Amino acid sequence: MNPDLLIPIIITLVGASTPILIAGLGELVVEKSGVLNLGVEGMMLIGAVVAFAVTYSTGNHWLAIVCAAMASMASSMIFAFLTLSLSASQVATGLALTIFGTGFSALFGQAYTGKPIVIFDSVFPDELENHPFWRVFFDHSPLVFFSLFMVVAVWWFLNKSRAGLILRAVGENDFSAHSIGYSVIKVRYAAVAFGGAMAGIAGSCFPLLLTPQWAERLTAGRGWIALALVVFAAWRPFRLLAGAYLFGLVMTIEVYTKASGSMGLFPSEFWAALPYLATIIVLVLISLRRSGNSAAPACLGKPFMPGQ
Amino acid sequence: MTILTRRTALKLGAAGVMLTVAGQLALGQEGPLKIGFVNVGPKDDNGWTYGHWVGAQALEEEFGDAIEITFVESVPEGPDCERVLRELAQQGNKIIFATSFGFGDYTIKVAKEFPDVIFEHATGYQRSENVGTYNARFHEGRAVMGTLAGHLSQTKTIGYIGSFPIPEVVMGINAFTLAARKINPEITVNVVWLSSWHDPAKEADAARALIDQGADIIVQHTDGPAALQVAEERGIIGGFGQGADMSAFAPKSHLSAIIDIWAPHYIQVVKDVQAGTWVSDDSWPGIAAGEVVIGPYNEKIPADVVAAAEAVKAGIVDGSLNPFAGPIVDNTGTERVPAGQTLDDAGLWAMDWYVEGVKA
Repeated sequence: MNPDLLIPIIITLVGASTPILIAGLGELVVEKSGVLNLGVEGMMLIGAVVAFAVTYSTGNHWLAIVCAAMASMASSMIFAFLTLSLSASQVATGLALTIFGTGFSALFGQAYTGKPIVIFDSVFPDELENHPFWRVFFDHSPLVFFSLFMVVAVWWFLNKSRAGLILRAVGENDFSAHSIGYSVIKVRYAAVAFGGAMAGIAGSCFPLLLTPQWAERLTAGRGWIALALVVFAAWRPFRLLAGAYLFGLVMTIEVYTKASGSMGLFPSEFWAALPYLATIIVLVLISLRRSGNSAAPACLGKPFMPGQ
Repeated sequence: MTILTRRTALKLGAAGVMLTVAGQLALGQEGPLKIGFVNVGPKDDNGWTYGHWVGAQALEEEFGDAIEITFVESVPEGPDCERVLRELAQQGNKIIFATSFGFGDYTIKVAKEFPDVIFEHATGYQRSENVGTYNARFHEGRAVMGTLAGHLSQTKTIGYIGSFPIPEVVMGINAFTLAARKINPEITVNVVWLSSWHDPAKEADAARALIDQGADIIVQHTDGPAALQVAEERGIIGGFGQGADMSAFAPKSHLSAIIDIWAPHYIQVVKDVQAGTWVSDDSWPGIAAGEVVIGPYNEKIPADVVAAAEAVKAGIVDGSLNPFAGPIVDNTGTERVPAGQTLDDAGLWAMDWYVEGVKA
């Protein structure tokens, strides 16, 4: 492959990885609090359609991202009410949220199919954005910088802040946290709300960053990839960053290799499966190196009923 | 007691046919002819299902109050579509159009239960007494697009985004490449397979990858305009609409489009059913029948290039030009079609090889 392609490949891979990374960070916090929300794909679709609609109506990308986050957060509150207040099954409710989000976005998006918007491009000066080398750092949407900032922020929150410690305690041992006076349900509500907002922002990446259009099922299953990456990254933000970028890298190399017309060795289905295989294998290998105990939060997926 | 022997069964069958015909003749007095459509997507998908929606509207224009249409959208390929097909038949629809490949098995199954309902299945291959199939020769449109690309490409590298390597898509790639190389034999066509009909984010990434590696024209055989939007953003020469005119997404880069027009076939089917002359067969018309239409040419295309494309179109219409006329050599150097011969329809549907110049 041509070495001149290195920079375009990096720029494309960063774009492809960003929505997976943002959605994964949100879900990571949710799961650390002991809640399993399988509705990421549905919440991303709600975020995507709302981001498109607001951009189409107002032209303001920032407003679009905020509205996408709010809309998805609102949908995550339905999930939170059913699973946390009513103790419904988290798995079933999460799946229902994905089905709801898919249907809602298709219905709401009907008015927007076939209409173009402007992409949310780099905000740096043209000299940096188009510079043959420096563009590798500057030719990115603000959404990319937001995702990287959030990796650090989530890591700091979980490992260095008092609130993060409480959240982890709630996820590891909800009865103990409850007995020393923390409100398990409130903490989990907050975590689910954060996860919803992040899924909404991840969804907004599709029309704002990747392809400026609305189409049904625009996310094409990326929410499920984010969910899987959280597990394989062993609930660690920086490992999630590595996993998301590895996935993006292999996916981008796949299209670049095919585009160069030199991939005759394997059938296209193999190339399509490769990003998933490579990411899973690498992250499993990393996980194997850790000593024994499971990385999953101990209360993951279990409803909390303090009366019992 | 009635004993069903083969002979009485035949008589009953004949009576059934007579009744069906009589029923069809009597429809004019009994009320509108009810027609159902089962579609895989929403009617505003900008592509496949939209094309069928336009066809259904043309039926209403042609027949007015004599028909009544039920257009069912977004029916998944699977058991759900069987339920929808049966429901439409029970509601008294006399013609049912099933417009996606994956509806085939279910259409055959439901058609057995409703022998007096006529079923038409788009892009399928299974027929029975009351199930016909229809499709369009999209590859004829690809030959016209290839002619444009052959004249316009400066880098002589063309990027092609494919969904799945099935004969229908491979036919399009080969027809396009043959036409482009007829104009400029140095042209190569690089194909990126996505293993998906619909993943706009990946379509856009594939377009970026192709442009980064020198392609100045991008062709796509997926359902949306994502590749055209990238072409517009990067300012390359352009691309083509697939299934519908997509110029709204890329006014500068949208060179032309292949548009599916199902109206002539739909009108013919209804006329045949009304006249009682409908028989199960396979309909596969192209540009000549007006089923495949070439969209407007971008004004930046020089007049002589438009004329060359129009000449290819005219040649296909009058039969003097076959997109798959020999000699055709495949990309491993083997001769597939000798000079003076053309590929027949069976050969087209068995196409699992690429012509010279395709890198896939």
